[in-house]
Amino acid sequence: MGGAAALPLGESRTNSSGRVLLTADDMRRALARIAHEVLERNQGSRQLVVVGIQTRGVHIARRLADNIERIEGWRPEAGALDPRLYRDDPESAARHPVRPTQLPKSIEGRPVILVDDVLFTGRTIRAAMDALLDFGRASRIQLAVLVDRGHRELPIRPDYVGKNVPTAHDERVQVRLNEVDGEDSVALVRVSPERAEQEART
Amino acid sequence: MTQTQARPPAVAGPAVKATPPGQAGDAPAGGDQPVMFAGQRHLLDVDTLSPAEVTSILESAEGMAEVLSRDVRKTPALRGKTVITLFYEASTRTRVSFEQAGKVLGADVINVTADSSSVKKGESLLNTALTLRAMHVDAIVMRHPHSGAPYFVADHVDASVINAGDGTHAHPTQALVDLYTIRRHFGRLSGLRVAIIGDILYSRVVRSDMHGLRKMGAEVVVCGPRTLLPPGFAPGETVPEGLPFQGVRVAASADEAVEGADVVMALRIQSERQSAGHLPDLREYSARWGVNSRRLSLANPGALLMHPGPMNEGIEVSSDVAHGAQSVVEEQVANGVAVRMAVLYALVAGKREIGQ
Repeated sequence: MGGAAALPLGESRTNSSGRVLLTADDMRRALARIAHEVLERNQGSRQLVVVGIQTRGVHIARRLADNIERIEGWRPEAGALDPRLYRDDPESAARHPVRPTQLPKSIEGRPVILVDDVLFTGRTIRAAMDALLDFGRASRIQLAVLVDRGHRELPIRPDYVGKNVPTAHDERVQVRLNEVDGEDSVALVRVSPERAEQEART
Repeated sequence: MTQTQARPPAVAGPAVKATPPGQAGDAPAGGDQPVMFAGQRHLLDVDTLSPAEVTSILESAEGMAEVLSRDVRKTPALRGKTVITLFYEASTRTRVSFEQAGKVLGADVINVTADSSSVKKGESLLNTALTLRAMHVDAIVMRHPHSGAPYFVADHVDASVINAGDGTHAHPTQALVDLYTIRRHFGRLSGLRVAIIGDILYSRVVRSDMHGLRKMGAEVVVCGPRTLLPPGFAPGETVPEGLPFQGVRVAASADEAVEGADVVMALRIQSERQSAGHLPDLREYSARWGVNSRRLSLANPGALLMHPGPMNEGIEVSSDVAHGAQSVVEEQVANGVAVRMAVLYALVAGKREIGQ
């Protein structure tokens, strides 16, 4: 706990749910920056599709679309994707309901930004890319995440990162969003090793 | 199907449950978040499901409905898994919807019917079950004329057994389809009033529907000829505590049942019932218990008309109502695939390896 030096963004503080990594303001600034980076990297393409991964990624994708609209004056199409049916750990994946995938009519030939809250093993992203391919051939797929916590198990890297956070296996990055949790914050919490092991698989 | 089928001793009596609900070998239901079929390996009836489990299946079915609307209707969720449909009774929509559900999820689906299998040569249900066990199938979707038969099979195989209708006992996936269809229209189940009219005694659909609807907080009113009401169901009264289906109200007339209902469900009347002396004649049945436009107008505005199919138009439901604006009969069929996908996915993909 503590360790202000380790937190370049925002204030260092702790709350009941662990060490705060991003405050609401940090989150807002990070998403604004990512929006600029996405536009720059894609030359402001109006073909852009922003696709959030169920469930929290969907809200972050919507905010990213809000930001792009604020900057450019037009709104990119946004979508939601549930990669559950494409996961490589069906035993745990199947214990939660499948959420609907809602994508624009066509993603054929368009740049797609996949958006998730936390990047961890990379397995969700692998599944999401497979799911996306069933909907057509995007011109390119890029990945934006609010937090990259490391521990990759597949050769996957993000194109846009809100914050890189070195973590231990028994720590968990808890993303709270206004739309779901009533507040915006990202915190690092410690969980039991068994729980960590289990969560690495879900 | 006739009486010549193999009939293992264990399932001889009516409504025999080889194992009571809450089957052997269940892991304790975890206190974690929404978890589908926590600790359940089979789906034999809806009575063993918690409201949270039912809700998560219905939510998952929404996700599955989206998969069905895609151009590429194929996912790898159950790749490498084998699903057997084992039907000892005729069926079109249930069997086909299970087959489609399995295929969209990427499973291999093998259809076995009683007349095309060794059942015809006199193989007992137990031996058929043991044969399927030896083949390491992952799920057995089973329909059987004897109540309790899927419970018996569930005790003898490692696969997940899904009851697709057993005798007059249960038809859990149809009940889930009905719950899903109602929930899609009203956004909820609790507090709704559902009138079910017809053969309450022999219908396995109605038994599973009553379990499911009551569990989810809906009010259930049933009505039918006295000869087709189960014990404890007295017209004008509510099924008393201590009996199965307690709290279900039995209306004295079809008009009374339909009044103020949000959903009106007409049940199929089987003509065999008439020859068995349960029914006076079909025209009288139609007049007293058939759902027609006049009767449906007594329900709440916007009430849904449902029927588990196949329909006898002009008997339990008039043609204009069956194909009218309030009818969701075709939707029930369409929803059947999505709901069965949710069930197959939860049971087959979510299965922990046992004894391997």
